[in-house]
Parts: sequence; C-alpha cells; structure tokens
Amino acid sequence: MSNHNFKFQDFLAQHKSSADWIGLRSVREITSYRVVRLDQPEKNLTDIDHGVMIEVLVDGHFGYSGTADLSPEGLKRALDRAIESTRAASAKRVYQFTSEERPKVRGEYRSPRQKNLDETSLAEITDSLMTASKGMRISDTIVNRVASAMIIQTQIDFFSTGGTEVRQNFDMVNVDFAATATRGSESQTRTYSKLGQWGGEIFDKQAFSFEAERIAKEALELLDAENCPEGKFDLLLFPDQMYLQIHESIGHPLEMDRILGDERNYAGWSFVKPEDFGRLQYGSKLMNVTFDPTQTHEFASYAFDDSGNPATKEYLIKDGVLVRGLGSLESQRRLKLPGVANFRASSWNRAPIDRMANINLEPGTSSLEELISQIKRGVIMKTNRSWSIDDYRNKFQFGCEYGQWVEDGRIVKTVKNPNYRGITVDFWNRLIGVGNADLVETHGSPYCGKGEPNQIIRVGHSSPPCLFRDIEIFGGHA
Amino acid sequence: MTQSRTSEFSQNLRRYFQTASEALFKELEPGEELTLNLTAEEQLYIRFNGNLVRQNTNVEQINLTLSFHGNGRTVAHSTTVGGRFEQDLPLLSRLLKTCREEARVLPPDPHQVPFQNNGESLNEFRGELPPIEKLLDSITGPASGLDLAGLFAGGAIIRANRNSHGQDHWFATETFFLDYSLYDGPRAAKGVYAGSTWNHADWAANLNRTREQLELLKRPQQNVKPGRYRTYLAPGAAAELLGILSWGGFSAAAWKQGLCPFRKLAEGEAKLSPMLTLKENFTLGLCPRFNSIGEVAPESMTIIENGEFKEFLVSSKTAKEYGLKANAAESYEASRSPEILPGSLDESKILKEIGTGLYLSNLHYLNWSDRVGARVTGMTRYACFWVENGEIVGPIKDLRFDESMYEALGPKLIGLTTKAEIEPSVSTYGLRDVGGVRVPGMLIDDFTFTL
Repeated sequence: MSNHNFKFQDFLAQHKSSADWIGLRSVREITSYRVVRLDQPEKNLTDIDHGVMIEVLVDGHFGYSGTADLSPEGLKRALDRAIESTRAASAKRVYQFTSEERPKVRGEYRSPRQKNLDETSLAEITDSLMTASKGMRISDTIVNRVASAMIIQTQIDFFSTGGTEVRQNFDMVNVDFAATATRGSESQTRTYSKLGQWGGEIFDKQAFSFEAERIAKEALELLDAENCPEGKFDLLLFPDQMYLQIHESIGHPLEMDRILGDERNYAGWSFVKPEDFGRLQYGSKLMNVTFDPTQTHEFASYAFDDSGNPATKEYLIKDGVLVRGLGSLESQRRLKLPGVANFRASSWNRAPIDRMANINLEPGTSSLEELISQIKRGVIMKTNRSWSIDDYRNKFQFGCEYGQWVEDGRIVKTVKNPNYRGITVDFWNRLIGVGNADLVETHGSPYCGKGEPNQIIRVGHSSPPCLFRDIEIFGGHA
Repeated sequence: MTQSRTSEFSQNLRRYFQTASEALFKELEPGEELTLNLTAEEQLYIRFNGNLVRQNTNVEQINLTLSFHGNGRTVAHSTTVGGRFEQDLPLLSRLLKTCREEARVLPPDPHQVPFQNNGESLNEFRGELPPIEKLLDSITGPASGLDLAGLFAGGAIIRANRNSHGQDHWFATETFFLDYSLYDGPRAAKGVYAGSTWNHADWAANLNRTREQLELLKRPQQNVKPGRYRTYLAPGAAAELLGILSWGGFSAAAWKQGLCPFRKLAEGEAKLSPMLTLKENFTLGLCPRFNSIGEVAPESMTIIENGEFKEFLVSSKTAKEYGLKANAAESYEASRSPEILPGSLDESKILKEIGTGLYLSNLHYLNWSDRVGARVTGMTRYACFWVENGEIVGPIKDLRFDESMYEALGPKLIGLTTKAEIEPSVSTYGLRDVGGVRVPGMLIDDFTFTL
C-alpha cells in the first residue's frame, strides 16, 4: 500500500489546481467466504476489491468518480470525469458546500486483534468450520448444517489537497452457523452468529462446537414446540433480536439524509422531523441510545468517517428524549443540527452517505431474573429471522427463531414461530425493563442496504435484553 | 458520458478478456480447469432530491473471477482489475497460483461438476445518451416545479464468461434507467423511465403519467383499518411479490434443505390458482442466458403451470448432490428473468373490477413471515387508493399486510390483467444489475392487512 500512498499524494499535488478541493479515497478489501455444509466444503471464494474514489469540489458541489485503474493515466481519467460531471451538475446542486465539510485531519486506526487474519491459515479456518458442522450432527432430523465465515481485511486511505492524511486498517470476521430440522411439513432453523472486528483468535473450535450443538438441539426442540400464542403480552427481547429492533426503528429513522429527503425514492423518508430533536419522547425514560464508533471489537468502529470527520461517542436518545441525529457534516450544514461522524461509503466505487455505525442501547440495572419476574404473561424471543418496516419507519413486524412462554415470572415452555408487530414510538414507550451491563451482547449486520446507487455497509449494535409491555404477539399460520 | 466513450470501453474490454483468459489457460497444469467470469460497467449515476442534483458519481469497474478445479477441489478468487493487460497479468497469475495452493489444503469437493464447453454466444446492444449537461437539462426541465427524487443510471454493462475448454460468452448492453418518485408533501407517486436511447419526449410523457397519479393523491386521505379487502396489485406491486417468491421459492436446494416455502406445492400437497403460470423467460432479452459457469439456460422454462408446480430451478451442483436434472440455474437458484403470464382482466376497467377495496401501485420491504406457511408480510407504498363502487375515493395511509401465498395466489386470486408489464431491475448494489420481470396486475379477494 505504501507505494500507492506516495503516488496518490503526488498525484493530488500535481493536480491541486484542477478543482476547489480534491480528495482521494483508496479502498483495498480482501474478503474470503469459507463455507462448510454437511461436513463438506461448500464454498471457498476470495475477493480482492481495490480501487480509488476521486472526489472533487467544483462551484460548491461535491462530485465523484471511481476507478480500479490505478495507473497515473487511469487516475487522471477519473479526475477529468469527476470534474466534467461535477461542473455540469453544480448548476443544479442541492446545496452550496465548501471545503469546511472536508476537515483537514491526520490520523490512523487499527482494529483490535490478537492474531492477524492474514496469519490465520486456511487449514485452521476449515478445521474449525468442520468442527462446527460436525457439532450440529446430532440427529438425522437435522437435514442441513452450515458453518460459514466471512473474513475481511480492509485498508482505507484518504488524502486530500487540503492536507488530510488518514489510514485505517480493519480485520473483521462474521461467523454463522445454521441447523435446520425437518419433520413432515414442519421445518425449523436455529442459527448462531458472531461478528465484529476480530482477528484469527475468533476461530475457537471449542466454542464453535458448543454453540453448534446448542443450536442443533434447539432446532429439534422447536419441531415439538407449540406455535407462539396470539394476543397482547409482555415481550422480552434478547440481544440477538434487539440489534435488529434498534437498527430498523432507531438507526434508520434518525439518519439525517432520510430526514432531508435524499433517500425518499429508495429506502424511504422518516417519521422524524427536524423540530423533533430535543423534544420528542422517543421511548420510556429507561431508553438511552448512543452512536459509538469507539467500542472495541464492535463491527463498525473507526476513527474517522469518509469525510475525515473524527468519530466520537454521542448520545442520540437520552432518558427517552431524542437529542441528536445521524448526520454527516454535509447533513449538519443543510439541517443546521448537530450530528455525528457517519459519512460512510460501502467501497471505493460509491460516494459516502449518512449511515449508521455502531448504534447501541446502553445497559440498565436489571438482572435477567428480575426482567423475567416482571412478566405475568409474555414471550421471550431470541434471534431475528424475519424483518419488515415501512418507508417512514413506523409500522414494523419482526419474527424470531426461538420463543419461550412465560407465566407469573416463570418460563413455562418453548414456543415456535414467534412474531410481533408495533409502531416505533409507541413501542419504545412501552419499554419497562433494561438488562444490566453483564447482559450486554454485541451483534450487527454486514448487509445494511441503502442509497442510490445502492450500498451495503456493516453496522454494529450492542444491547442487553429489554422488556416491553403489552405488545401484539402472534405465531405461525395466524 | 457519451455514446462513443462507452462503446470504446466495451470493445477494449472484449479484447482484454480474450487476451487475459488465454494467457491464464496457458498456465494451467494437467488435471486443472478454469472458468473466468467477467463483470464490468462504465456508468454515470446521478442522484436527485427536489429536482436538484444531490450526488453525481462516475464509475468504471472491471471484476474477474477465476473458478478453479484441481485435484478434485474447488476454489475461486476474484479481483478488480485496471483493464491494462500487462499490468494486470502478474496479479491474475498470482491468483491462479493461490487457487492451486488452496486446492492442496482443502478437502475434496464431492459435488464438483466438471467444466465443459457450453458453446459460444455474442450479444451486444448499443445505446445512446446525451452529454451530461444536456441530460440534466432534459431530466429536470419537464420536472420544473415538481419535487422529484430518484436515481439516473446509464452506460455500459458487461457480463462475459470463458473457460479452458473453449467456451466463450459475451453480453454487453448500453442502457439507462431513471427510477424516480414525485412528492406532494408526504404523498408520492412512482415512475421508471428506462431504455437504450434517451428520448426527451418519451421522458416527458412518462413524467406526465406519474404527475397525473400524483394529482389523484391530492384527494382526501382515507383511514382504512386493518382487515380483509378486495385488493388490486398493479404490476409494480405484483413485481415486488414475485421478487420475494423468488427468494428460495423455486430453489431445488432450498427444497432439499428444508427451507422452501413452496414445499407443499412442489410435492403435490397444495395447488395455486389455475390462472397462475410462472415461467423463466429469457426471450425478454433483459439479461444473458448463460450463468456464471457458462451454462446456457433454455429460452423458456415453466416453473408453475395453471397453478401446479412443474420444475425447480436446479444448478449443476444441486443436481449432482441430490441426483436431480440441472437446468442451467445460477448457483443461488433464484429466477433471473421471471414472467407471470397475463390473464383476462381488462386493466382499463380495473376500478370496476375492484368495486370496493384497495388499489395498490407498489409494495415495500417484503419478507417471509412464516416460510413453512408461505406467508409474506410487507407494506403498501406510493400511490395506493381506497376505491368505492368502482371510483377512487382517495389515497390511504400505509398499511401492513401479512398473507399466505397459498391463499393469495390460490383461492383468493380473482384474476390477472390482460397486459403484463416489464419492470426492469433498478438494483445497483456493487454494480448495476441486469434483468427484470414481466408481470400483469393481480386482483385478489380478502387480502389480509394487519396494521
């Protein structure tokens, strides 16, 4: 990378006068997909994605041109195209920006790891996935067993004619196991997922074996379970469902580019209005939500966003009140509201937009026993399996893999096909219990889709289990 | 972007791909075989908000995937390349060596299907776009005074495939789409203008039709409560439904692995409406017939005929594992060019056919809510109306539906319209997609809305 870095800075110096400001973001990402199914190799694919996004400020408008041709001629062609398109578009720009939206910064980030991913052998990875696959082999009723790992090494370097020089290096892993049990027309799948900024230390055969066997047993257990009952009951969501609830009903509606209408034609608008900040009682007083790209091992931690804005932890919702949105320096300028460092692009071939990073629900004080003891009639739900929400982020419906029916503060039985639905602000105001720090788990997704042209980005979400009162719950075939 | 630049990109890349692949095939050792897959685009993307430009992005990208068989092992490596042969060859040679090294470490692949020469094909479709200044004037001029949001994408898209047995497929197309919506406060109407040659008058006419729908949205909003209603899904909404059905619905692997929502249909325990026939139809010309290992799908293949299941999409790998007959499906076994055949409902009289109920132009964020029961949930979106006695009363507030496809496409299906519309893919994840669907409108009785 160092050779390219020298050339890139040289290139910028050479063409400095071509535009009011020029940025160059080099992204080199190596992703290996390793999949074992039924104890056999299913997929072994490694992708190298390396290119450069040239960004120019011309007549108050930022425009972009991406290329994988990293020769001087290739970069010059990309620069010329960026200037040509941006000059034409500036006459019809949404807003007149300045180089203040691209602060001059210098710095580095290296994700935490005990062992570099490129020092972790293919044999070691295959062996650990094989262990997981075999760990799920507990019954002939388990018809499908999959153990997979997505192994990601990313280097993002950002330079500008304004003097910015940022280098960020990430090792990330997403491990997934899935066990599917079938009997007659019934089919139930349990999954396990661990993802985040980890190195090769994540390939722990003993832990893999334990989790693999657990989910296989639970898939079998679900075959014999009754359908989740239908009605208004209390709902205790575990962290592997809370992450999705946070993502869809807090993260997306708080994105300021949605509030500004940029996203209306694709993912949608938002029920949140600019005047809601500082006023809207988004949830109960137990609700505290942060934007926190500083969390060790969480999937979307970083030191700078793709505009060079230094990333810091900020409260989005404090004691239930909406206080801050997810808006980059550009959105902050357009809306005249405070935001966060969240201008992120999926790769070198896309322009940055307002994204989530790590959006976390801060822990409360309750133990798990205390949360369950508050339930007179209710359902515990674990692990997301279905998700849908409207384009304003109001009406949602989520389904989980595994449910437990609770009566008078005691778990009575396992139930299958648990689902619930609600409306965002009403739902969060029904929050009556938040687990303590010992119960916090970190989850996330490698596949958050948004933007035009479309972009997939990684997000992290930490949360303890949370208890909600009188939620509309139902099972399968309702 | 101009026409000449795009054609040059395509022509240069064809020569590059031939040279690069031949060089790599020469490096193969005995017992090894290699398939090379190329995806590339030269695109201009322009994002609009308020009929103004939010972001413009030019992208030129080329990706090569090496699928390697050696010693009974299967390994793949892909990489972006700059498109300059001399500079890229060392990287590609290194990847081939890495494939060979990984094959020494991995266990054998019991489901490996040997590559073969599936023939040659050459399909090139030229298009024409004005320079960006004129394009922007042409887009925003007729929309002056309108709150337009959306995305223009236009330029060259290439898919190609060669293997060490002599197979050679090339598909290059120059097309565009303008996927947009018009707003009156929170109310919105949706439109897509797509083609290969930009025509200002056609765009203005397309915009006008969407503007007329926006006018209907200015009628008083109707508060429709959750319940069951006679519901018309216009082709845009029906296309969304077809999209979710393709997600595991017709996959042989999903069926064998306990994940297929249409297991009962496939095994003859259930039927859909006799009005429903679903095909994989490559004569639509929206995407190449060859898949990523170069197998050429039949021009047309029936998945569901008159409500009865006929055939799964079966990849060669699935076929080998489960002893089935392959039909050149992609490895993920989703339909690439699906079509639902039209019916007998006259779309010009669709409001009369609805009588009292809902007209839905679009749906949003669909997902399986219960795969075993083939139940799907999702939201209404854009121009959706309450209809009474064959007349539009006014737009509705968004509604959530949750309905079994065995019901909605079974006894509840009243009819399909006589005209099926092509809905081109506007997906641009990573790179611009090819393909699309052709669907008629669907009239469904007692469609279930829950929130």
